[in-house]
Amino acid sequence: MTSNTSLSRVAWALAFMLLAVFPLLPEPISGKFHTELLSKVMIMAIFAASLQLLVGCTGLVSLGHAAFFGFGAYAVAMLAPMSEAGNGWLMLLAATAGAALLALVIGALVMRTQGIYFIMVTLAFGQLVYFVFHDTKIAGGSDGAYVYFKPDFAIAGWQWIDLERADRFYWFVLGALVLALGSLALLLRSRFGHALVGIRHNEQRMRAAGYPTLLYKLAAFVVAGLLAGLGGFLYAAQYGFVTPEILSWHYSGNALVMIILGGLGSLGGAVAGAFAFVLLSEGFSALTRHWQLLFGGFIILTVALLPQGLAGLSLRRPRRPLPTPTSPPTSTDTPRERHA
Amino acid sequence: MDLTTLLIQCLNSVQYGLLLFLVASGLTLIFGIMGVINLAHGSFYMIGAYLAFSLSTLLGSLPLALLVGVVLAVAFGYLLEWVFFSYLYEREHLQQVLMTYGLILVFEELRSLLVGDEVHGVAIPELLAGSIAIGNGMTYPVYRLFVSGVCLALALGMYLLISKTRLGMMVRAGATHREMVQSLGINITLLYRVVFAVGVALAVFAGMIAAPMSSVYPGMGGQVLIVCFVVVVIGGIGSVKGALVAALLIGFVDTFGKVLWQEGAGALVYVLMAGILLWRPAGLFKAG
Repeated sequence: MTSNTSLSRVAWALAFMLLAVFPLLPEPISGKFHTELLSKVMIMAIFAASLQLLVGCTGLVSLGHAAFFGFGAYAVAMLAPMSEAGNGWLMLLAATAGAALLALVIGALVMRTQGIYFIMVTLAFGQLVYFVFHDTKIAGGSDGAYVYFKPDFAIAGWQWIDLERADRFYWFVLGALVLALGSLALLLRSRFGHALVGIRHNEQRMRAAGYPTLLYKLAAFVVAGLLAGLGGFLYAAQYGFVTPEILSWHYSGNALVMIILGGLGSLGGAVAGAFAFVLLSEGFSALTRHWQLLFGGFIILTVALLPQGLAGLSLRRPRRPLPTPTSPPTSTDTPRERHA
Repeated sequence: MDLTTLLIQCLNSVQYGLLLFLVASGLTLIFGIMGVINLAHGSFYMIGAYLAFSLSTLLGSLPLALLVGVVLAVAFGYLLEWVFFSYLYEREHLQQVLMTYGLILVFEELRSLLVGDEVHGVAIPELLAGSIAIGNGMTYPVYRLFVSGVCLALALGMYLLISKTRLGMMVRAGATHREMVQSLGINITLLYRVVFAVGVALAVFAGMIAAPMSSVYPGMGGQVLIVCFVVVVIGGIGSVKGALVAALLIGFVDTFGKVLWQEGAGALVYVLMAGILLWRPAGLFKAG
């Protein structure tokens, strides 16, 4: 839920403008390495934001979200031809629609469970998808598969963007990020989004008020799966190879860490978390071989000192802690704040 | 598959299941009683395996290493609860997830700094190094039987401790009625610390006795952690009995899955878990 204040709108606009001009900056700041690094950050931001819709907004803690991200990436790898660039539109459709369909099937099964059991069932289905790609030969098994050329997004033969160039690819990813965050923000501002927040606060009350909460949760699960598929599509396009690793629970866990680190419940928190996660792990690993010690220490300190996550550092009025899905809120807890 | 192979696979299943139970019982107790999701629990298993390696090289004997290791583990668990986990009880589950995730990274790196990243093996003590014939020219290693026996004894001990002693009564009451136990004048802080230390010691011990059977390698904690979460959830969170049944179930499904259907074995455990949770959304045994 992005705050509705004009201050936050200005901040978003500024952030996107900065991101947009980044590849144009002079060499030591910009350059191929940094451009590619920021592309990676933005792809992770899409992935994290899609999970935020489930965890922070609806209160559904999924530990199998990498299944949809990885499925999107594998869709690219399976459709990519060996000797020429594949049709980008077709791959994008396969990645997103495929991930959404997978989310629909898995979602329909897992919605029966709640709390920690929901976490574990999503983990189970995530691992199932992992082992399907890891242990069978559909797409290279445990070795993974290659995507030799970046997808081709020609419109009727007109090559409007050459994704092989790092800066063009960067802007393409930025466009996808704006699209993903924009649609999530609109969705959260709609009646549907308010209903999701209501479900997080008190599902029983929402059901009593006549909302088909199961359908709402399932719809959120599908939307989150679709956007994660978009992230996976971009990932496969950027790196040119996919391995089962991106389907594993570690990857789901990383996305979860990003949004908890950034701050639960806001799209800004998801983006901030993705930035912090990727850049800190890059920065620390440049410092020392034992960078995980620093990174782990940083995470522990964040939990100890910033219970609201990095988003708690912002100037906005302090929010009450979010009720967790496993401990239902008390009846005095009225969702009267504006969540839009 | 003839009868002898069947017997061997059954013994393997039981041994693997019982080992899982040692790790998972600590996890389920810590979750059930303190309400903490401890992702770092797998790290204790890893720490145990590396302790077995370092201590047995240092002291020259595995049984001595086991003894010293358990003492160290209890002290370590006690300290860890005091310094880190006691702050997590009032926090949300997701913050517990985040902090224990941070702890995993720290433990892995500390292990890398102190012992290095090499893969090690631990020698089986001479007394248990042999194997016994079980017919058809097949043999079964004594050490595996020893491990099963020790795990079984520990499981029995835990059962007696939890269902027959005063401490067990407090543990059982603490899991369901925390405030009530506190208002009866029981020192819940100390109780938590003891339960946590025992949970850590069980996982460390499991890692130590498993070390001679499998190699000691970095990242071995993560694999065990996930399987143990599966065990805890199938058994029902907080239920030690459930953990035992689920651990044996997983042991059989995983071992026979690997023998009968190589390709699908990895996924089989998760199919089982998904199936059981769709059938009984709160696990097989409810906490208590």
